[in-house]
Amino acid sequence: MKDLKATDFIAKITISTIAMIGIFILIFILFFLAKEGIPILKSTTLKDLLFGLYWYPTYSPPEFGMLPLIAGSLAVTLLSSLIALPISILVSLFLSEVCPKTLRNILKPTLEILGFLPSVVLGFLGMVIIAPWLQNSFDLLTGLNLFNASILLGLLIIPITGSLADDAISSVPTDIRAAAFALGATREETISKVVLPAALPGILQACLLGMMRGVGETMVVLMAAGGAAIIPESLFDPVRPLTSTIAAEMGETPVGSPHYHALFFAGLLLLLMTLILNLTAIWIEKRWRWQWR
Amino acid sequence: MVIDSMNNVKIKVENLSLYYGDSPALKNINMHIYNQSVTALIGPSGCGKSSFLRCLNRMNDFIPNTRVEGNVYLDGLNIYSSNVELIELRKKVGMVFQRPNPFPMSIYDNVAFGPRLHGIKDREKLDEIVESSLRSAALWDEVKGILTRSALSLSGGQQQRLCVARAIAVKPEVLLMDEPTSALDPLATARIEQLIRNLKKYFTIVIVTHNMQQAARISDVTAFFLMGELIEVEPTEKIFTAPEDQRTADYITGRFG
Repeated sequence: MKDLKATDFIAKITISTIAMIGIFILIFILFFLAKEGIPILKSTTLKDLLFGLYWYPTYSPPEFGMLPLIAGSLAVTLLSSLIALPISILVSLFLSEVCPKTLRNILKPTLEILGFLPSVVLGFLGMVIIAPWLQNSFDLLTGLNLFNASILLGLLIIPITGSLADDAISSVPTDIRAAAFALGATREETISKVVLPAALPGILQACLLGMMRGVGETMVVLMAAGGAAIIPESLFDPVRPLTSTIAAEMGETPVGSPHYHALFFAGLLLLLMTLILNLTAIWIEKRWRWQWR
Repeated sequence: MVIDSMNNVKIKVENLSLYYGDSPALKNINMHIYNQSVTALIGPSGCGKSSFLRCLNRMNDFIPNTRVEGNVYLDGLNIYSSNVELIELRKKVGMVFQRPNPFPMSIYDNVAFGPRLHGIKDREKLDEIVESSLRSAALWDEVKGILTRSALSLSGGQQQRLCVARAIAVKPEVLLMDEPTSALDPLATARIEQLIRNLKKYFTIVIVTHNMQQAARISDVTAFFLMGELIEVEPTEKIFTAPEDQRTADYITGRFG
């Protein structure tokens, strides 16, 4: 009995310590990001930083207007979501309601494996296949642009959102479907009036998680978005999202310079964006997700 | 006794066999189910009583590799003939399941689901149906102030009565119940049983039950199933006091099952 208590105690201490270390490191990262990012406000105002139109960090005097970068991130995220989310939902509907079980057992793992595709491979595809094609067929100055990056990001989002949305739809209990059938509902009515509404919170969460993947993705946009710090006015304008800006510039900036601090501030903004998406997802979970018995 | 009058037959089952793949789940069942009565189906697990119940509204249609032979007549119409509309059949034959399975929507929307499905859009009419169905299911007084609340916030017993309300909202003639109290506590069970006794004035009720006392308490006719066969179907008092078949007697006295 005594031994058991001692083992229990040791296990508890070990697990708590390891968990605490993980949490501590995360808090430390957050703290570090803030500590390195906030000093940029000594060199410029928050208003100029967020709404300034010009990102010329290496000019003298430098300009740190992040609006084009923020616009680039938002544009890429929104356009890729617009492309990928409807497709993802159709994919999940097909997987969960239409395709036979044997086919599903092959397709679902395949879809999930696609999600692990290294993004640099996708970026490469964008550079050597999509970019020349876009350039030739639409007579553009460059094929590396918002549209190209959004297609590629879409390809990254579909496996995530498609698979998670399929989980949400499949987790609707069969006895609820049976109840709808027993009331005289057809298959279509059962899916559209019972299954989909029941799965909707889960589907929305899947969409948000997919979007989060899009916001945070760096390599694809670095390679395929074109990298021009302008506010996009058409689908085929090159853009420079926050992520690719950090990745491209961090290696060439002196530690402690305003530029260095500005890039950390960009990191903080990214964190804020994903945090908002994440909190929305949690809110949906708390507020809407049905608790199946 | 209702059972004596043959013109009171609501459902007539004729040589009904059911196969899951090659193995028979029901073998050549013949029986009558009478109007405005409660018929209890009893028997040990796997005896086919639930499968039989699901033949009466063709719920087995959804299970792949099932095959049905024989005929089931509802008011003289064979429900397995090709010109029967499944939707019309399901409107006439409602079902309550083993576990309470309300839709994840409001209490109101649960009850209004069936009527809406069958084309009733008028709000006043829906209100009326919802209220009368909930009253019939003895749930109205408990939920009249919280109709917009999620059905999943109700207790298990209330959820099951909600499922009864949902089933009778489409005004069926027959109500099938598949062990409706097996997931409920004794108090909630007693309320459902009282409900069944009240509902038989309006519906023909067929109930599958594991609980022989329950069959004895609420049913007019009891059918005993064993290994896919209908062993005996008799008025309930008779089957519980003087069963004809030795196997029925053994089951009822608890010698097996």
